[in-house]
Amino acid sequence: MSKIANAFKNGKAFIGFVTGGDPSLTKTEEFVLKMAQSGADLIEIGVPFSDPIAEGPVIQRANLRALAAGTTMNKIFETVAKIREKTEVPLVLLTYLNPVFHYGYADFFERCQQVGVDGVIIPDLPYEERAEVKSRSGEVDIISLIAPTSDARIAQIAQNASGFLYIVSSLGVTGVRSEIKTDIKELFAAVRRETGLPAAVGFGIHTPEQAGEIARIADGVIVGSAIVKLIEEYGETAGPHIEEYVREMKAAIG
Amino acid sequence: MNNGRFGEFGGQYIPETLMNEIHNLEQAYEFYKNDPTFNAQMDQLLREYAGRPSLLYRAEKLTKMWGGARIYLKREDLNHTGSHKINNVLGQALLAKRMGKTRIIAETGAGQHGVAAATAAALLDLECEIFMGREDTRRQALNVYRMELLGAKVNAVTSGTETLKDAVNETMREWVSRAADTHYVLGSVMGPHPFPTMVRDFQAVISREARTQILALEGKLPTAVMACVGGGSNAMGMFYHFIPDQNVRLIGCEAAGRGIHTPQNAATIANGEIGVFHGMKSYFCQDSEGQIAPVYSISAGLDYPGIGPEHAHLYKTGRAQYVPVTDDEAVAAFELLARTEGIICAVESAHAVAYAQKIVPGMSGDDSVILCLSGRGDKDVAAIARYRGVDIHE
Ligand SMILES: Cc1ncc(COP(=O)(O)O)c(C=O)c1O
Repeated sequence: MSKIANAFKNGKAFIGFVTGGDPSLTKTEEFVLKMAQSGADLIEIGVPFSDPIAEGPVIQRANLRALAAGTTMNKIFETVAKIREKTEVPLVLLTYLNPVFHYGYADFFERCQQVGVDGVIIPDLPYEERAEVKSRSGEVDIISLIAPTSDARIAQIAQNASGFLYIVSSLGVTGVRSEIKTDIKELFAAVRRETGLPAAVGFGIHTPEQAGEIARIADGVIVGSAIVKLIEEYGETAGPHIEEYVREMKAAIG
Repeated sequence: MNNGRFGEFGGQYIPETLMNEIHNLEQAYEFYKNDPTFNAQMDQLLREYAGRPSLLYRAEKLTKMWGGARIYLKREDLNHTGSHKINNVLGQALLAKRMGKTRIIAETGAGQHGVAAATAAALLDLECEIFMGREDTRRQALNVYRMELLGAKVNAVTSGTETLKDAVNETMREWVSRAADTHYVLGSVMGPHPFPTMVRDFQAVISREARTQILALEGKLPTAVMACVGGGSNAMGMFYHFIPDQNVRLIGCEAAGRGIHTPQNAATIANGEIGVFHGMKSYFCQDSEGQIAPVYSISAGLDYPGIGPEHAHLYKTGRAQYVPVTDDEAVAAFELLARTEGIICAVESAHAVAYAQKIVPGMSGDDSVILCLSGRGDKDVAAIARYRGVDIHE
């Protein structure tokens, strides 16, 4: 059984995201540990990419900051290894396909397993193109995404998923939204008809009220841009702000 | 259907949110490409609106000057809107209408594809939004105004390097947000399937005409056909119907900017590696971490870090050859063509002219070569003047 399942054992899961290396990898280590201590059940670390096409302006800027700071895939692996000495919280890398392809699929997943990465989310790798990656991913879960437009695709995606399912709440790119227009209840139910795997909702969620509402329906909430915004605002000193924010969000979905 | 693969290249590497839309597009294209009414309408637009067939012009003076093969110019510069881009845009805009879309969006580098898209939108009553890197909106201010005259909204893209690749990123982001009423008119033989195949089919009219024209004029096939390569649409159009003719050399000319050994170039085949980006597996200029590299060329239309997947396949299998051409060489060829033949071509197309100058003198009088003049050069006059240190006021 995948370690990711542990994230969904203590009630509704709070899943937090930071871009690796924003503003530095030392800070990424600190932020991830603080999130884990404040109740995050799973943490996503973004691998910065020059052209993150699924990202809104907030995470785009984080990618640029992290790249300017000299972040590389190997340095992210080293950081994960350090984090793993201190916490068992499930960790997932979010990365575009090209850096993985360039690293070499087999080498990439071997490193993931060595340092303790439990899963990988690849936004530009749809179901139909997964085979080339899946055949080398070993114990590492490839997390599948379900979108409001997935319709008839939900069955095949959900039935072949592992780890958890990432339900995309809205059309478009990442970034905080004041209102989520998709019928999450219906989308979640469609996923639930096909699989017993946990399913969490992300894209746009930033307030405790939104999180609470989503958590009444889904198994977890995923928050990225709101946390990255705190890092953008407070930089090196974002730690305590992230801690407070994660506590508040976790309480709201509790 | 070939699943969108050319050998190992191509594919559909896009976010899940777009997958159903891209499948709809695939199905619509597969249906309408064989639909007589659709094709009749397309033919009529190409003839009566775009001005096809384009001339295959025998460049006597160049031929005499270089003293080798006979040179023919495929005059895509004479099309309405001044480049080959109109061939693709009319096809996709018609398809968008058939799919019930009311709005099109497009990326543009130099502005040629944006102008063509805005033109088709005006003609076919579609709403139109263009995404253009902020840097390019400055370099090509006239084309921005041209698009606005045609009724399009132009968005200056401020992310990344503020050039063509960022314009593609931003148009993709817009399409992920709003696909129900919107078709993305991609401007080259790139992106996720079915774009590379569909755009190639719309551009294949270039070689369909040219093959017939050269056989009528020469009584035999050419020794080589040549074209500049950004994403690769005019080159795919120029190559396509000659691919089965194994004796016809296919030569694509890439932008080497300040030189392939400097960081300032856009020569994807010379310098790139295989990767996955903008929906496709192909060759890309990238660094040791798989980050997409910033690229440079004097020609905004060739200033792109990738190449279409069918070209990647033609290269890998050895059927086509790709060569780098620098800014200096392209500008010299731009000027040469203006003085000898009285044709001011696009600086993109001048890359093909420049390489022809290198190989044609070594050919014999029995040989013939077709150069694709993908566009006209009015848009480039100011940039060439700047390059030569001439101060002009528009
Ligand atoms: C005149 C002209 N030629 C060539 C190109 C390059 O595109 P492609 O390689 O798709 O033909 C452009 C693109 O803007 C162009 O305007």
